Amino acid sequence: MNTTPSRWQYFVSGIIKENPVLILMIGLCPTLATSVSARDALGMAAAASFVLIGSNVVVSAIRKVVPSSVRIPIFIIVISTFVTIIDYVLQAYQPAMYRVLGVFVPLIVVNCIILGRAEAFAYGHGVFDSLLDALGKSVGYALVMLVMGSLREIFAAGTWFGQAVTPAWFRASPMLFMIFPPGAFFLIGILKALVNRLTIRA
Amino acid sequence: MNPAKILVGAFLVNNIILMRFIGLCPFFGVSNTVGTSVGMSAAVLFVMLLASWVSWVLYHTLLLPFGLVFLRTAVFILVIAGLVQFVEMVLKKHVRNLYSALGIYLPLITTNCAILGVTFLNVDYRFDLLRSTLFALGTALGFALAIVLFAAIRERLEDSPISPSFRGYPIAFVGASLVSLAFLGFTSLFGISL
Repeated sequence: MNTTPSRWQYFVSGIIKENPVLILMIGLCPTLATSVSARDALGMAAAASFVLIGSNVVVSAIRKVVPSSVRIPIFIIVISTFVTIIDYVLQAYQPAMYRVLGVFVPLIVVNCIILGRAEAFAYGHGVFDSLLDALGKSVGYALVMLVMGSLREIFAAGTWFGQAVTPAWFRASPMLFMIFPPGAFFLIGILKALVNRLTIRA
Repeated sequence: MNPAKILVGAFLVNNIILMRFIGLCPFFGVSNTVGTSVGMSAAVLFVMLLASWVSWVLYHTLLLPFGLVFLRTAVFILVIAGLVQFVEMVLKKHVRNLYSALGIYLPLITTNCAILGVTFLNVDYRFDLLRSTLFALGTALGFALAIVLFAAIRERLEDSPISPSFRGYPIAFVGASLVSLAFLGFTSLFGISL
């Protein structure tokens, strides 16, 4: 059996078919809370990806020596180590981003995507496969964050990554609704309906 | 800050689910019926108060004096996971009635970011023990209000004619958006901004 396509599959499946947010509906809190602008959304995606990739690789590397009865506490310690690292790195080098993300940086530790991948994938697969899986899920997550952050920023401020992209009359009275929590709920509802529409047809 | 304002602020103005977006998994996961959402709210209230006391004491007697603040993420999550297990065992052995009502919700609470979020926020806002307690109480009541209101809406949605693409999650999100819009009306109530 040729292994190349199946390995490629580990990477690709996370992007669309098993997209953590839009298909599996997990990890919603940071997705909605930090997608106020495209920049903040990508910052959150980068922080979560760092933790996901790190924890997946480490969990799969130590999987042979971890007894299954204590695996969950050990996963949590591995994950919280990476969360602490990114917490302090952001505080030191990106203080503005750290203030925006706030409590959602330490809360990455209970992000279901990360513990879910450690349990469902990394504990039963090799290091390289787990890395591919984490990369795929990270790209899928970043994609959703980019779409949410971009749409919310464009509608609420008329800008994209801080650059004006809409006519001046729109920026004078933008849809402020989108920057508030109701806008985030509304937007993810519409996106999910769109995904349902496409998958039901297919 | 005025303790009463902390309570109202956590309950309405900065509602943990609808304004802060913490604890969305149980909000969408167990809000199918009013009954389950009441059970979940009671379990959250119970564990949230315990967790904020334990984490506050640990933070101020161990982590802060010994310069171990960088361990707070690991310590808080492990303490909450252990606490939930412990509470489950105690209830199972001694308080059968409460266990049969809350039992199935307790394991779900370990990964409930609302509990962990409150312990972090208590530390970030530098609350003393009284204010931490009030903050946890207000947050848990706010969680209960949001999830029970929302469950009532979802029960109605079950029988409504909804287009196939919007069935399930999408319409729930749009419903949550409208509930959240109502809570936006509480912004800066009594001058509370926390």
